[in-house]
Amino acid sequence: MATTSILDKLKRNKINDLLEKGQRFDGRAFDEHRPLTIETGVIPHANGSARVRLGDTEVVTGIKIQPDRPFPDMGDKGIFICTAEILPLAHPTAEPGPPGEDVIELARVVDRGIRESGMIDVSQLVLEKNKSVIAIFADNSVIDHDGNLFDACSYASTAAILTCKIPKWEMQDEVPTLVEGQTSDPPITTIPVSVTMARIGDHILVDPNSDEWTCMDARITITTNSDGNVCALQKGGNNGFTPEQIMKCLETSRTIGAEIRKKLEQVRQGS
Amino acid sequence: MGGRDSKLVLLDENGIRCDGRKVDETRKISIKAGVLKNANGSAYIEFGDNKIIVGVFGPRDVHPKHLSDTDTGILRCRYHMSPFSVTERKNPAPSRREIEIGKVIKEALKPAVMLEKFPRTAVDVYVEVLQADGGTRCAALDAASVALADAGIPMRDLVSACAAGKVADTIILDVGNEEDQAGQADMPIGYMPNLGQITLLQLDGVLTPDEFKKCVETGVDGCKQIYEIQKQALKDKFFGNGVV
Repeated sequence: MATTSILDKLKRNKINDLLEKGQRFDGRAFDEHRPLTIETGVIPHANGSARVRLGDTEVVTGIKIQPDRPFPDMGDKGIFICTAEILPLAHPTAEPGPPGEDVIELARVVDRGIRESGMIDVSQLVLEKNKSVIAIFADNSVIDHDGNLFDACSYASTAAILTCKIPKWEMQDEVPTLVEGQTSDPPITTIPVSVTMARIGDHILVDPNSDEWTCMDARITITTNSDGNVCALQKGGNNGFTPEQIMKCLETSRTIGAEIRKKLEQVRQGS
Repeated sequence: MGGRDSKLVLLDENGIRCDGRKVDETRKISIKAGVLKNANGSAYIEFGDNKIIVGVFGPRDVHPKHLSDTDTGILRCRYHMSPFSVTERKNPAPSRREIEIGKVIKEALKPAVMLEKFPRTAVDVYVEVLQADGGTRCAALDAASVALADAGIPMRDLVSACAAGKVADTIILDVGNEEDQAGQADMPIGYMPNLGQITLLQLDGVLTPDEFKKCVETGVDGCKQIYEIQKQALKDKFFGNGVV
């Protein structure tokens, strides 16, 4: 995000020195994510919501559900759309205005992880084939930015979807009409969990914070489903990975993913 | 994206795919370097029915100036699809998808380009997809790295790209358009063959860890095949017909 400054260079040297000794700047193990707290139902006006803190990164996600026309080539499927925004209050370098490529990538990677896992069975969200379907929007607002927005937004979206309630609509005279007081649980098939890792030199670090983020060589976000299979992946950053490093990242994402999935399952039980 | 339950037979009992290819076979690929007069470097690729042209400008002055970096050159990439490149007319305004693809192509090329040799300058890579038929980001990356080399910009390696994927429970090389629509997974890979680094990697769709591993291996093999075609395109331009 920010261009290279002298401070970044000093920090980079410090971070590299520590990594050689097997340590991270904030004292975590290489495969340890920052403390994760998930609160749901924080926005009662939304159909589902979550506030997630991952270290000092904080995201609020709201789910809005409304009837909509289906996409032309997908008349037998409901709609799921995920967006993301870094609010100007989240970071000194964040500015209001149209989203830059970083934010577009963020939203698309979070969306892809959830969509490709098939978490929501969208075929159950049809009111009338080719005419009217239910659309689920997951809008992520980053309110404090300390690196790794991918995972924070992904966990917040997932938690909000797991705990949302879908209002009931019935077709009356070809118009979807709300049936007051009736809701249902969303059709969930699996719980996707993304795990983002940074490569600095030969080291792979889980859940990089913003200091690590500014000096990483490359990053990779791997999303796994409840069966431990991979459902989405995005490599980013200005350098590459060897195939061996990618395989190592895959294993890490499966073990860390399983840990975080337990947390999300608890959130779901508690709702 | 989209429906995954088409009636199309993606893989027949003899292991032949819907367009007649074997599982480990790429589409027909041809690359020509140096196709534009004004650009510093350029390349045109036909990758199956994909037709993509790439022009490279630079290293040159950075506009707007605040983007320039005193330590290194910067690389910028615009990926754009012509309105007539797809079945339904595409709105010519840049979509979110195009912006993301521009970003991943840029990040895939960056490790190969010695930008640190040109501080305070910019290298601009302009990708225009004239006709799209699945796998455009890989084809665009193949052409872009040839265009950068054609521009004479110092590089550590070429970046070669090819997708691997899964259709009918089988891992295949170079996912075509129908296979992407109806298949189970699509994994575009960009790879620097001499440095052994993967610089572009994305995945849509579900793979077990074993399938994932096979998919990466298959894709990297495909990249190595494409590397030979890229090298040939550069040789043809600079040493072809005895005329330099």
